[in-house]
Amino acid sequence: MAFEIIEYCVNCWACVPVCPNQAIYEAKPHFLINPDKCNECVGDYKVSQCVSICPIEGALLNEQGEPLNPPGSLTGIPPELYAELVEKHSREKALWPA
Amino acid sequence: MELRIDTPDNGSGCTSGSCGSSELGHLPEHIRAKVFNHPCYSEEAHHYFARMHVAVAPACNIQCNYCNRKYDCANESRPGVVSELHHPQQAVKKVLAVAATIPQMTVLGIAGPGDPLANPERTFETFRMLSEQAPDIKLCVSTNGLSLPAQIEELTKYNIDHVTITINCVDPDVGAKIYPWIFWKNQRIKGRAASAILIEQQQLGLEMLVARGILVKVNSVLIPGVNDQHLIEVSKIVKAKGAFLHNVMPLISEAEHGTFYGMTGQRGPTSTELQTLQDQCAGDMNMMRHCRQCRADAVGLLGEDRGAEFTMDKIEAMDINYPEAMKIRAGVHAAINQTLESKRLAKTSQVINISNLKQNKLRPVLMAVASKGSDLINEHFGHAKEFLVYEASQNGVRFIGHRKTAAYCSGDDSCGEGETALQRSLKVLQGCEVVLCSKIGIEPWVPLEAAGIQPNVEHAMESIEEAIATVYQEMRAAGKLTLKQQQKVA
Repeated sequence: MAFEIIEYCVNCWACVPVCPNQAIYEAKPHFLINPDKCNECVGDYKVSQCVSICPIEGALLNEQGEPLNPPGSLTGIPPELYAELVEKHSREKALWPA
Repeated sequence: MELRIDTPDNGSGCTSGSCGSSELGHLPEHIRAKVFNHPCYSEEAHHYFARMHVAVAPACNIQCNYCNRKYDCANESRPGVVSELHHPQQAVKKVLAVAATIPQMTVLGIAGPGDPLANPERTFETFRMLSEQAPDIKLCVSTNGLSLPAQIEELTKYNIDHVTITINCVDPDVGAKIYPWIFWKNQRIKGRAASAILIEQQQLGLEMLVARGILVKVNSVLIPGVNDQHLIEVSKIVKAKGAFLHNVMPLISEAEHGTFYGMTGQRGPTSTELQTLQDQCAGDMNMMRHCRQCRADAVGLLGEDRGAEFTMDKIEAMDINYPEAMKIRAGVHAAINQTLESKRLAKTSQVINISNLKQNKLRPVLMAVASKGSDLINEHFGHAKEFLVYEASQNGVRFIGHRKTAAYCSGDDSCGEGETALQRSLKVLQGCEVVLCSKIGIEPWVPLEAAGIQPNVEHAMESIEEAIATVYQEMRAAGKLTLKQQQKVA
C-alpha cells in the first residue's frame, strides 16, 4: 500500500520532513512518493503525516485513486470556485521549480 | 506660538514626519541602538539602508485564509510570494552577492514563502553560514509562532537580532475565522481548537523571546469585520508582554490570488480604516507606518525590488570577495550614519514659527507627496508608484502612511486592471487636500483640482516635512484652516 502525489502538487516541501519513512522525494514537475517505502504511516502514526500537512486539496491520492484531502476540505473555498481557479492557472507555471 | 516639526509624543501617537525614527527615540537605548539602521523599523533609515529576504523556507505548518500556497506572479508584491526557491548554500551565495553589490544592504530576513520555523534545518543552516561568513549583516526571521517555543533554543544560537511574529488575534473564536487548520503534534487540527493552540504558542513564544533579550516585532493583518476592533486588544497585550513594535498591515485580497478571502469576497480595509486603526493602536504601541509588505524574496530599499538582478544564474557568474566587500560596506555605513546623525541634529533644533495660532483652533490637513526617497519631494506625479501621506496640524507634521497608485499587482491586462492610472490616483488620494510632487502634467491637474486636491510643484527637491509645514502655513494665512461649525459636529 502506498499513496500517490499528482500534478496538483505545488512542491512546497511540507510533506518531505514529516514522512517517517523518507518516502517522498523532490522531482520534476512535482514531488513523488516511492511506493516501496510508503506504508501510509501504519504503525508509525495514528494518521498519515503527508495527508495531515499537505495544503493542497486533491494533490494526494490513496490506492483507490481517491483524493485524501477532497475539494473543500482544507481551504473552505467552494469546490466549483476552486476548480475554476485551477483551470485558469493550469496554463501558467506552478509556484516553485521542483 | 510655534509649530514644532519634531516634538516628542503629545498623546496622539507619533507626531513627527519621521514616524519610525522619532518613535524609536522613545525606546530604551539598547533597543534603539539595534534598530536605528534597520530599514524596516526606522522610517528615516529606510531611505538609506536596504534589506533582502531569501526564500529558503517553503514548508508551512498552518493555513491562513489570506494565503494561497499555489502560485507565483512576478508582478505581485506581497508576503508569501517568491519566484525562486533556494537551498541554504545558494541563499548564502545570493546574500553575499547582494551585500557586495548593494553595500547599503544591512539586513537579511528569512520570511518564507512558508514558515521559516517549519523548515528549521534550512533556516538555521542559512543563519549559521551567514553569521560566520558575513558578520556585518543583521539577521532576522518572521514566523507564525506555532513552532517558536519548540525552536527557541536553536534560534538563540545565531545572533538573531529580531523576530517578527504574525499575531492576528488573541481570541480563538476570532482565530477560527482566520485559520482553517494547523499541523500540530503529527495531526491536522481544524477550527477553534487549532486557533487556541496557535494563540497559546504565539504568546508563549513572545514571552520566551523577550525573556532572552531578543527583540520582537508583531505583525497583524487587518481584516475588516473579522479582527479590526480586536487588534486594539492584541496591541495592548503584545506590548505588555514586551514586543517593541506593532505593525498593522492591510489585508491583500483579490479573487485572482485564489485565497479563501479573495474567493469569498472578503475585502481589505480602506486607507482610512487602516489609518484609524493604526491611530487607535498607536496610543498603546509604536507603529510602523512605512511598511511596504514585501515579497518573501524582496531585495533592495523598501518599496523597490531589485530581485531580478540577482537570479541564481546571474549570481553564479559573479565573483565575490566578501572580506574586501566588507571594508567598502563599513565605509558606506559610516557615511550613511553620519548623514542620519546630522539630519537628526538639524531636526531637533528646527522650529517653525507660526504666529496667532493661539487665536483659533486649526483643522488638520492630509497632504500627499510623490517621492523617490531621500526624504525629498523628487518624483513626477505621473511616475509615482505610491504617495506618502502626511498630516499637518497644530501639533506638527506626522507621517500617516503610504498609498500605492498601482495595486501590488502592477501586471498586464490579464490581471483585470479596469481603471486608468489617473482614476486610481484620484481614488488613493481621497481625503488629501494637497499633492506635492516635482512635476505634473496639465492633464491630471484639472481633475485633481476638481476633486479638491491641490497639485503643488513649488517645493520640488525640498525636504518633505519642511515643505508640508510651509504649505500648511500658507493655507492658514489664506484662511483655509479655520474649523467650520459643521466640521466640529462631524
